[in-house]
Amino acid sequence: MPSPSAQRPPLVGLFATCLVDTMRPSVGFAAATLIEAAGCEVDVPRQTCCGQPAFNSGDRATTRALAEQTIAAFETFDYVVVPSGSCAGMIKAHYPELFVGEPDWMPRVERFCAKVFELMSFLVDVRGMTSVAAAYEGTVTYHDSCSGLRELGVKGQPRKLLASVEGLELAEMADSDVCCGFGGTFCVKYPDVSGAIVEKKAVNILASGADTLVAGDLGCLMNMAGKLQRMGKTVAVRHVAEVLAGQGGEPAIGVARKAGS
Amino acid sequence: MSVQITSPRFKDNAKQALADAPLQAALAKVGPGFIGRRAAARDLLPEFDALRDSARDIKNHTLAHLDLYLERFEEKVTAAGGHVHFAVDAAEARDIVTRICRDLGAKTVTKGKSMVSEEIGLNDHLAANGIEPVETDLGEYLIQIRGEAPSHIIAPAIHLNKEQVEADFRRVHTHLPPERNLTEPTALLAEARGELRAKFLAADVGITGANFLVAETGTSIIVTNEGNGDLTQTLPKAHIVLASLEKLVPTLEDVSQLLRVLARSATGQEMSVYTTFSTGPRRPEDLDGPGEYHVVILDNGRSGMLAGQLREMLRCIRCGACMNHCPVYHAVGGHAYGWVYPGPMGAVLTPSIIGIEKGANLPNASTFCGRCEEVCPVRIPLPKLMRHWREKEFERHLTPAPVRYGLGVWSFVARRGWLYRPATDLAMRLLALAGKAKGRFTSLPLAGGWTKVRDFPAPEGGTFQAQWQARKAARRTGRVS
Repeated sequence: MPSPSAQRPPLVGLFATCLVDTMRPSVGFAAATLIEAAGCEVDVPRQTCCGQPAFNSGDRATTRALAEQTIAAFETFDYVVVPSGSCAGMIKAHYPELFVGEPDWMPRVERFCAKVFELMSFLVDVRGMTSVAAAYEGTVTYHDSCSGLRELGVKGQPRKLLASVEGLELAEMADSDVCCGFGGTFCVKYPDVSGAIVEKKAVNILASGADTLVAGDLGCLMNMAGKLQRMGKTVAVRHVAEVLAGQGGEPAIGVARKAGS
Repeated sequence: MSVQITSPRFKDNAKQALADAPLQAALAKVGPGFIGRRAAARDLLPEFDALRDSARDIKNHTLAHLDLYLERFEEKVTAAGGHVHFAVDAAEARDIVTRICRDLGAKTVTKGKSMVSEEIGLNDHLAANGIEPVETDLGEYLIQIRGEAPSHIIAPAIHLNKEQVEADFRRVHTHLPPERNLTEPTALLAEARGELRAKFLAADVGITGANFLVAETGTSIIVTNEGNGDLTQTLPKAHIVLASLEKLVPTLEDVSQLLRVLARSATGQEMSVYTTFSTGPRRPEDLDGPGEYHVVILDNGRSGMLAGQLREMLRCIRCGACMNHCPVYHAVGGHAYGWVYPGPMGAVLTPSIIGIEKGANLPNASTFCGRCEEVCPVRIPLPKLMRHWREKEFERHLTPAPVRYGLGVWSFVARRGWLYRPATDLAMRLLALAGKAKGRFTSLPLAGGWTKVRDFPAPEGGTFQAQWQARKAARRTGRVS
């Protein structure tokens, strides 16, 4: 584990993930705000993708190249923080599989993976954060994204921080730990099946009575937002970091910015 | 019946299943029923997870010494007066069973539930040879009279509702009074029981599967809830056990450990209603039992798995927990998978038996949500093994062209940061502009798979990296000036 010197705050490399980088940069800024609030410095080194789409499509060569690229870009940081359980899980749980039987690489990979954390887990488990200074008027329901939940044990941390948001009421949906049907490339390879799974999820979200849905993975959020909007529903869908960082006033996923704002 | 392979048509099968209202109503009960009961059984047993570790270790040990345990099992069965037959593939297994039946002059055989029997297409083969197979497990009986394959490995007729069963009984049991009342499930059960009772008594041979084969004693074990297995194997002249080679376990002590996780994982029961141990044929002092006892051990590609990266799949004890917890199985049911074994375990096992060319859809049709691995009583890393098949598919250039092409373009760009950053920044600015008014797209070129069922949100604008660098630069110049 890294041992940052007592003189300076730990330096965190923010791995934004492809989706946050391209689709919703405000999640990256929210993550940076939260990491700074947890007493760290943040920087964003040049980066592309963790390699998960290639990994789950069976393309080991590309996965390996992207893993090496990511490790090289981030290994000098004290911590690497990822606002996605899926991408953090890819790195932390699966990178070592790519270097099995390579003594030149393995210690380096293991050192690297040990300092990689999903954002919520980093804030609560590593930095001991118990509350945030944010307000959000609304009833929020939280979806447990699969990789964060099952590969990294992200479950209580986001709920704990959400509970500290002023004005926010948390309403659990049924089956919050059941997959939303995103599944990376699955959602476009098998759209009918994916559509049926996310429809069940949407029904549970609506039944919770919440006006806002949050989760820790933008892929899942885009999937659920897209389904709710296709169904003509107005539930606001946001990354959990946005709400925790006090950015809840920005337009929700898939919602146009009002003219003049 | 011998099952036609429709796995290559998984997408069409799935579409049909999603449009099938009675099927969807039946599937809606799978999740809540099985999941809740398993969770309750787990919660009542504090050592449940430790038992799963122990179950995994027992199976790993057995697989590491499978040759020895197979030999030991054969010795013990032979010593008890039974016979062990090894079948390399489905055809050989069918021939062995048919030969045993012919030698006894069998006209009808009763059958306990056996997935291996489905795998080798035994019923059609027996019928073609003039031997009538009669399924005696209620679910198997239902799908036999419908000419269907099982849709679940422990609940083969879970896709059916009561009204469908009533209609089938009226269609098939034409010797019974048409005005009889079959509205209550108990009436259906009583009718099936009545029909089967005569079959049990008439059968010349009884065929069962096996949940375990015990090397130390030469015992085969089945677990059932209906008791049909006992009547199948004790009444006829001969009992044939059909099992695949990974059913071996070293000792009775090991079996007792595995039994503690099997029923809990499957149906949420502490134990199945019947756990039946069979060792050899009837002995002179026995009051009943079969005159002959045969065990047919099927390989059918499994020894290849033993030597390769799919070895962990051979730990499977066929509880069905993976499919009971699978969002894809819940959506489309078992028949959509297009062969004998559905759900996550089927997605791993099927390509090893029918080939990745025909089975490629199955390991791809998973969201990798990981719930299957989370509940597996022998801790099989099912997503990892499905990913293994995707790698084989990719290596052999079997990945469908659009996926391969899309992935190729994306990985070309992602491997070149100097290209990735300006290209994504520009693309996102353009896409943001196009989606600015509505904030989302209801259709989008090249994203038809997405927009077919849901809207696609418009991106915010320039990329995070570009914005971050711009802010950083602004801060730096701010500090300098």
